[in-house]
Amino acid sequence: MTGEPDIRITTTVNDVTVEAQVEGRTLLSDFLRHDVGLTGTHVACEHGVCGACTVLVDDQPVRSCLMLAAQVDGCRVDTVESLGTQDDLSPLQSAMWAEHGLQCGFCTPGILMTVEGGRRAGLDVRQVVEDALPGHLCRCTGYQNIRNAIESYFAQGVQA
Amino acid sequence: MKGYCMKPGPFRYIAAQSVEEALDVLASAEEDVAILAGGQSLVSLMNLRLARPDIVLDINRVPGLATVQADDSGARIGALARAAVVERDASVGRYVPALITAIGHIGHPQVRNRTTIGGNVAHADPSSELPGLLACMEGTVTLASASRGAREVGWDEFFISVFTTCKEPDELVTSVNFPMAPGWRYAYDEVATRHGDYPLAGVSMGLRVDGGVVQEARVSVVGVADRPVRLSSVEAAAAGQDASAALARDMAGIARTECPASDDAHVSAEHRRWLAGTLVSRLMASMVDAA
Repeated sequence: MTGEPDIRITTTVNDVTVEAQVEGRTLLSDFLRHDVGLTGTHVACEHGVCGACTVLVDDQPVRSCLMLAAQVDGCRVDTVESLGTQDDLSPLQSAMWAEHGLQCGFCTPGILMTVEGGRRAGLDVRQVVEDALPGHLCRCTGYQNIRNAIESYFAQGVQA
Repeated sequence: MKGYCMKPGPFRYIAAQSVEEALDVLASAEEDVAILAGGQSLVSLMNLRLARPDIVLDINRVPGLATVQADDSGARIGALARAAVVERDASVGRYVPALITAIGHIGHPQVRNRTTIGGNVAHADPSSELPGLLACMEGTVTLASASRGAREVGWDEFFISVFTTCKEPDELVTSVNFPMAPGWRYAYDEVATRHGDYPLAGVSMGLRVDGGVVQEARVSVVGVADRPVRLSSVEAAAAGQDASAALARDMAGIARTECPASDDAHVSAEHRRWLAGTLVSRLMASMVDAA
């Protein structure tokens, strides 16, 4: 039926098993924010252009506004909350902090997940900076400090 | 009901577990069915409510549709193969490198992780890269239905107009085929406002050169009309000519006359035709150098 949360899904979000009933039309981004309560995933354009909502599904960076929650049944989803905490930043978050890789911070969660995904997939720093970072719109920084942060993170040689 | 707003309109969600099940849904549905593959265009259109299907048929869990095969006869790409997977496939890189180049212009890596080759072609966006390469390579699309089995149609029959193909409502795209014949080489290049945007003009070129002489040429353009366009005057002018810088200039000049184009919010028709000519010239230069 339409308009009823009649689809049962089981997914692993940040290493926690989540069981839920969703409507077919529930977007993965809205599911994460409103059903799971993880508001670190930001939504802006909601049609795949800006990259703010990027999360990892089975380790791959994807636009969560362009997937249905029903599609992650049986999948592993990692959001920005899987990285560090405010008191204990992840190496990538520390690099972003140190290099002043953000100003308003709205686009930052998506960028962090793209970079983490690139690292897990074994991409080199050039591929992440030249190919993947352009998939994110940042209207504050002019990108240079984000590039510096990514380069600093990769130079550490730490597997996050 | 959840207490938050939904971007897409309501629909019935069906996750097919096999090709047969998907075809049965398509054959029996009396309502409007949208086939969900990568979703990078469909979900975007649903979020904007430009698309409001009654049923969304998710084929992502259908086994056997994500095959990638390439050899000296070309590339046969299963409809569900992700752009990111094809892009990294060593045999595609060896035998049909133009396909890798064209895929590299589709959105960004985060999008290509989901984009499927079948979905890209079935969507038939007139600015999309792969329909243009398919037109240049005289490619085909394989369609399947429950009642009539499989059929393979050429690009010229498949692409009808903007977002419109010859695929019947009960049919599913099962593979996209980029054929190679001995002696042919292909290349793709485009100009876009920003990398990852749809191109203002995108040109595919195929050449069969023997002894420094162009035996045959194929040139297609996307972004300029309601479907991919072959530039037959440019192709005819190249045949039998020395593969030279002078020929590249001639072909560019003819392309600027022959290529259709219209004004839009980004650029004028004249600018678009100019870009098509420039791309023809650039591709000729790179392909002759690489010969």
